[in-house]
Amino acid sequence: MTEMLKGIAASDGIARAKAYLLVQPDLSFSKKSIDLVDDEVARLQAAVTASTEELQKIRDIAAKSLGEEEAQVFDAHMMILADPEFVGAVETGIKNDKTNAEQVLQDVSTQFVGMFEAMTDNPYMQERAADVRDVTKRVMSHLLGVTLPNPALIDQEVVIIAHDLTPSDTAQLNRKYVKGFITDLGGRTSHSAIMARSLEIPAIVGTEKATTTISEDQMVIVDGNTGDAILDPTDADVAKYDQAAKDFAAQKAEWEKLKNEQTVTKDGKNFITAANIGTPDDVIGATDNGAEAVGLFRSEFLYMDSAELPTEDEQFAAYKKALEGMNGNQVVVRTMDIGGDKHLPYLPLPEEMNPFLGYRAIRISLDRQDIFRTQLRALLRASNYGNLAIMFPMIATVNEFKQARAIYDEERAKLVTAGVAVADKIEVGMMMEIPAAAVIADKLAKYADFFSIGTNDLIQYSMAADRGNEHVSYLYQPYNPSILRLVKRIIDTAHAEGKWAGMCGEAAGDSVMVPLLVGMGLDEYSMSATSILKIRSLMKQLDTKEMKTLADKALADAETNEDVIALVKAATQQA
Amino acid sequence: MEKRDFHIIAETGIHARPATLLVQAASKFNSDINLEYKGKSVNLKSIMGVMSLGVGKDADVTISAEGADEADAVAAIADTMTKEGLSD
Repeated sequence: MTEMLKGIAASDGIARAKAYLLVQPDLSFSKKSIDLVDDEVARLQAAVTASTEELQKIRDIAAKSLGEEEAQVFDAHMMILADPEFVGAVETGIKNDKTNAEQVLQDVSTQFVGMFEAMTDNPYMQERAADVRDVTKRVMSHLLGVTLPNPALIDQEVVIIAHDLTPSDTAQLNRKYVKGFITDLGGRTSHSAIMARSLEIPAIVGTEKATTTISEDQMVIVDGNTGDAILDPTDADVAKYDQAAKDFAAQKAEWEKLKNEQTVTKDGKNFITAANIGTPDDVIGATDNGAEAVGLFRSEFLYMDSAELPTEDEQFAAYKKALEGMNGNQVVVRTMDIGGDKHLPYLPLPEEMNPFLGYRAIRISLDRQDIFRTQLRALLRASNYGNLAIMFPMIATVNEFKQARAIYDEERAKLVTAGVAVADKIEVGMMMEIPAAAVIADKLAKYADFFSIGTNDLIQYSMAADRGNEHVSYLYQPYNPSILRLVKRIIDTAHAEGKWAGMCGEAAGDSVMVPLLVGMGLDEYSMSATSILKIRSLMKQLDTKEMKTLADKALADAETNEDVIALVKAATQQA
Repeated sequence: MEKRDFHIIAETGIHARPATLLVQAASKFNSDINLEYKGKSVNLKSIMGVMSLGVGKDADVTISAEGADEADAVAAIADTMTKEGLSD
């Protein structure tokens, strides 16, 4: 029987394929005494052999479909299985304690994990604890006769059904076969959602019960435009959604025509639509989608995909590549934004009660100036290869900005004295994501060359609601008049000093937010590359004077998030 | 028994890739091969054993092998040490 599941539309498009449940099986067991220890050891060995064979197979497929680098993690797993100290310890344990393989395996594994995790001065070893856990899970699944999901082995078109998707899950997915995602958890800004948009596949997140409702191989339609999932569709459903998929493809083709056009409103006002990128390789996706700039280049990948602090030369090469790829269009690089939910294995940060309110981003940079200065020098050296702008994350006070800027000026002067070629004009601005900064924006605008509004953090800090906490997720209200008033203030204060204001949160690519932002005069809209043409098309239909009236009304009259949505929909005739 | 001392010069010590290569080299031989560091000895055929020692730069370690192919084993390991820039 056809059933429908509702969630949050996280990535546009429509797909139909069989469900693939990326769900961990039940690996629980109980401790047992064993008399026939030789049989138990043989059972363990069979599970180890089966695990090794499985890993070899996954490794080969992963190397072909995902690349050598992604496949190496499986080499590490096989090496642990081949380790005499690991499997040997389990065998000895079975013999000495006359206990079942599951229990001894668990004990030995816990011991190694504990040992590795205790090596706090050696982050590489700490990470190996995860490998031991993964290998243990695999052997355990063979001992218990259950199947672990092996996403790397998928060889037909599927829709992935998961509780939540982590970066390591998605790294194992073959893009050729994955047609869509449906997850229990998450919102528009969760990892799964962002990943789906960058892969340009439809996704629905936050369904709460996808993994418990949908069964393996069940036929599913994912409508990423509306957030509806249809299970066991009828012929009529299939026909309807195939048509919708065709319409969507036609609309995309229509948007595609705007690729080489500027972003202009109905009444002829120019704006900039830009892309958010995470690595220099993402520049290709940005230009393919017609980005007029990169409004946010997150520099974290340099720090996170590495076993140690990235050198100045490594950083220089990455920035240079991004700048050259954008052919003279502006690239705004955000300096290191580590802390909060992002950690570095080689830079241990203190355990904090409230990491989002703690030691992170510019706060680390101003404290660890060695790291900050290295990044600034790499940026300055790269500036000669394109149109660079730099922005500092998490600025709360005027002094923080002045201090960061002074360090930048010092490094700049040093390089110039040393005869290094540095671009004449590099705009130095800041993220606007802390309410205190928004309130004092009139003063900050005197020192910063531009503001870039980070909506996710601005909302989370303004509402005092952790964006990852599902119990308070109702407070994620991007259209709440309180947030709009802060945004308006940020834009107005920038303009009063002759500076520009942009937005680099997901809200900049949101069809309800954009009319309001146009009305408030926001200059630059930076979003997932795949949203750019849709937004450019939307802006073509907007009249700035009408949108100003709409925004003024929303700011003056609306009381709630919902009021604002209703106003925008009425004014723009959006369904 | 064949024994040899090594002074580790690699910036990151014996970890990650070099550790893997040493274990792979040792695993090719039948002899029992041990790595000794700061009075602790581990099986050189065990990746977890080797990594658990946390051998850093400037460490002095001893490799010992016992078995029919002990001389070849130590020679092969010494070769890996030099090739990977672990020791001079």
